[in-house]
Amino acid sequence: MLGAIALLLSCQLCGEVIARSLALPVPGPVLGLGLLALLFAIRPGVFACVAPVSRTILAHLSLLFVPAGVGVVANLDLLSENWLAVGAVLVVSTLLALLVSVGTFLMVLRLTGDAHG
Amino acid sequence: MGDGTDLWSYLSTEPLWWLTCTLLAYLAADWVSARLRRHPLANPVLIAVCMIALVIQLVGAPYATYFDGAKFIHFLLGPATVALAVPLYSNLPAIRKLAVPMLAALLAGSLTAAGSAVLLSQVLGLPDEVIVSMSPKSTTAPVAIGISEALGGLPSLTAVLVILTGIIGAVAVTPLMNALKVRDWRARGFAVGIAAHGIGTARAFQVSEIAGAFAGIGMALNAILTSILVPIIIALLL
Repeated sequence: MLGAIALLLSCQLCGEVIARSLALPVPGPVLGLGLLALLFAIRPGVFACVAPVSRTILAHLSLLFVPAGVGVVANLDLLSENWLAVGAVLVVSTLLALLVSVGTFLMVLRLTGDAHG
Repeated sequence: MGDGTDLWSYLSTEPLWWLTCTLLAYLAADWVSARLRRHPLANPVLIAVCMIALVIQLVGAPYATYFDGAKFIHFLLGPATVALAVPLYSNLPAIRKLAVPMLAALLAGSLTAAGSAVLLSQVLGLPDEVIVSMSPKSTTAPVAIGISEALGGLPSLTAVLVILTGIIGAVAVTPLMNALKVRDWRARGFAVGIAAHGIGTARAFQVSEIAGAFAGIGMALNAILTSILVPIIIALLL
């Protein structure tokens, strides 16, 4: 388990170092994700070692958003002044993004042939 | 009584108290969500945030003090993003086969998420700093905060808008997709990953492992694309 945690952190660290030293717009953890996937491809044995810990973390992904979410109390003034407009933008824009994404996916899927999944 | 006050003033400024509060609130929220058979409205993030916000308001602690304890949990967002390599790798054959529809949906969805947020905010007359803070709302919190900071937004406001977006997406996705009769778990998952990042991904994992894997990929790809697109959109529209 410790080995898996160390590997996850090392990938994030490498990603962070690469992103910052090359001034890439890609965030460090996302590069780390790519590095780990690459490592799986090169050494498939690593997968079995990291998978259980990764699945445990991902099963409780919601927990990790709670601290940032509580920041709502620090922004109450700004939000209560504009709550209707902010709420409307968030709801409409998120629904649009869902619809456009799923619509594009299904349309292109049909055009490229794969009918069923 | 003096001892009690001393103890409280010690505890309420220590990470231990707020860290424990966060974990307990999440466990309670998750229990409620499970009891309500994962009903979309019983979103664990929403419930836990409300509980802690209430405690903070009641004891009058500043958010900075709370975050000082909770940051240990917040930090795990990084390793959790890296951990998405696991569902990505185990679904690699399916993903490779779907590269074209995924890239098309990513581009269209990412543009819609950021572009519509900026345009709608302008139409409704929101202040510029709110518009900038709003623009990366569909991408995962650490990335969105970085984008907002670089463009002159308010990082803590961005964090909240990101979380609210995630909750809205996670609550809406199941009823919306059912109403549209979309039964393809890959499409459903990928869309919610683009529109509602990690909170949408967490919701997708509750519903289906395949949807979760595709949501994780949508979220990761959208984090990359948003960090490229949002500066351009802001430069063009604001």
